[in-house]
Amino acid sequence: MTSFNNNTDNKPGYFGQFGGMFVPELLVPALKQLEQEFNDAQKDPEFQAEFTALLSEYAGRPTPLTLTRNMVKNPKVKLYLKREDLLHGGAHKTNQVLGQALLTKRMGKTEVIAETGAGQHGVATALACALLGLKCKVYMGAKDIERQQPNVFRMKLMGAEVIPVTAGSGTLKDAVNEALRDWSANYDKAHYLLGTAAGPHPFPTMVREFQKMIGEEAKVQILETEGRLPDVVIACVGGGSNAIGMFNDFIEDESVKLIGVEPAGKGLDSKEHGATLCKGTKGLLHGAYTYIMQDDFGQIEESYSVSAGLDYPAVGPQHAHLHETGRAQYVGIEDDEALDAFQTLAKNEGIIPALESSHALAYALKYAEQQTQETILVVNLSGRGDKDLAHVQTVLAEKGAK
Amino acid sequence: MSTNNRYQTKFEALLANKQGAFVPFVTIGDPNAELSFEIIKSLIDGGADALELGIPFSDPVADGPVIQKANIRALKANSNTDVCFEILKKVREYNKDIPIGLLLYSNLIFARGLDKFYLDAKQAGVDSVLVADIPLHESKLFRASAKMAGIDPIFIATPNANNDTLKTCASYGRGYTYLLSRAGVTGTDTQAVMPATSIISKLNEYHAAPSLLGFGISTPEHVKSALDSGAAGAISGSAVVKIIEDNLAEPITMLSELKDFTQKMKAATL
Repeated sequence: MTSFNNNTDNKPGYFGQFGGMFVPELLVPALKQLEQEFNDAQKDPEFQAEFTALLSEYAGRPTPLTLTRNMVKNPKVKLYLKREDLLHGGAHKTNQVLGQALLTKRMGKTEVIAETGAGQHGVATALACALLGLKCKVYMGAKDIERQQPNVFRMKLMGAEVIPVTAGSGTLKDAVNEALRDWSANYDKAHYLLGTAAGPHPFPTMVREFQKMIGEEAKVQILETEGRLPDVVIACVGGGSNAIGMFNDFIEDESVKLIGVEPAGKGLDSKEHGATLCKGTKGLLHGAYTYIMQDDFGQIEESYSVSAGLDYPAVGPQHAHLHETGRAQYVGIEDDEALDAFQTLAKNEGIIPALESSHALAYALKYAEQQTQETILVVNLSGRGDKDLAHVQTVLAEKGAK
Repeated sequence: MSTNNRYQTKFEALLANKQGAFVPFVTIGDPNAELSFEIIKSLIDGGADALELGIPFSDPVADGPVIQKANIRALKANSNTDVCFEILKKVREYNKDIPIGLLLYSNLIFARGLDKFYLDAKQAGVDSVLVADIPLHESKLFRASAKMAGIDPIFIATPNANNDTLKTCASYGRGYTYLLSRAGVTGTDTQAVMPATSIISKLNEYHAAPSLLGFGISTPEHVKSALDSGAAGAISGSAVVKIIEDNLAEPITMLSELKDFTQKMKAATL
């Protein structure tokens, strides 16, 4: 059995057998520099103070924890939403981008390269770069540019250059490839501001550390309101940054069930989904050993989801580890179920969620119906749905026409 | 170290004749299996000293646009690792002596199983394997499987490497050392800029295998300056693959141009 991290090796950047730094040699010095700066910054009170100040004064932390009033019909269940949709930028992405942008400055670099799927990470990167005076280049799949027009405009308004990627499937995977190519030519002056808790070490650890306040706040808030820990914490998983940010502080609390919701697209038994942990196999992509979607020869398969932000054929290595050890459970939600939850939340609670977050919500609603005991659920509402309005309108019109 | 090493034999012969090595790269199966074999033959007939061959991959992050397209063409023509090994066997039959190196991405090896991949490669007549996305510090299992199968593991000496890294590169590598002329991805848009002299002398000091300079090598002048800087030879990829791309509709022209190009580049090593 192949294992890249034996117990005797115990290398940094591994989560059990998963993770690592599988990149061309050329990128290793840049990643090691980043690892060093990140480790130093974690111990630097000045850096932490600046990060915390930006989070509260600029981004609007802490975000509220909202008890839903009308949506859950089962009287035994209380469903709380962690409102990352209310964060500046419209999604949880802003948290970790501020952290990485500060690190960019700390490293003396003047430019930022980023990839984006739904455009939320691109928007977050663009706003942080505008704020901190960094030059910003965002790679985005041509197909994603089409379905996320408002976010493309937002990025441009904030001074970012958006570069369409037509290679491959024209989605997030191809945007990551292109960003890595750019970085390997420009690592001297540019930081690659990866948007999720995936990729090579130190990204999965760094992004988690810059997102973990989601779960820490939620824990304090639920203890204040309910006087006890929740029974279940639910988050959607594409690359996995909002989920790991939500899960991290609950991993040690074994009574709390952790559920990651993957995009099942047109069905887990179809070829059209992005449910890497539910249906994928182990392999190496974008710098990490993790679960990926691939054929028998190791060619990467194209993922599919109605939500651009979950449309990715790999997953963060810590999620692979939580899946392997059984600490977290990963399930699939299909496009239609997510679209239903999107509308349900709007109608019942007056909140329009991102299609990504709608996956977590859809599973929570299914789960809520089945409970016979008093149950407290916390869903990470990772982003708001403004960016999805045109796309959902089109999809619903097509459905109506059928 | 593998016995009867084709690289060693070749480098010794070149040294005796005061020549450098010219090594062309193409993606196996591009644009299809049949023509790919003819393409590789024309490189050998043109006087290539060794071959660097890619197994196509869906996500070649270290490659620029020209080689990306070659990967896509090969995959569209249903190339895969099995098909590539069949072509490699035919190439080895065609020429028993030329050193053959594979350049590919780690997931293709992992998906087949590391030991099986290296054994199959050995059986297909492959001498070395360079894994584009496996840096030195993650290479342990790949080196172990390569050693077991008698394949030379190739590592990349980069312009940004410190002395410790170059030392490790020298100690892990066999066959030859792939010397990067510059940062970035493969391609001819950005030419080789590095005076590689200082890295080469470091590598020599650490007893590394002979260096072949790659990335941005597209003219006989590039080959000459690679040799002048102390490299044992030069690798040219995107410039070769561009000839394939430009002549997809005219296979006969394609093959003769590939042979001509190889001859011209080889002539610069004399």
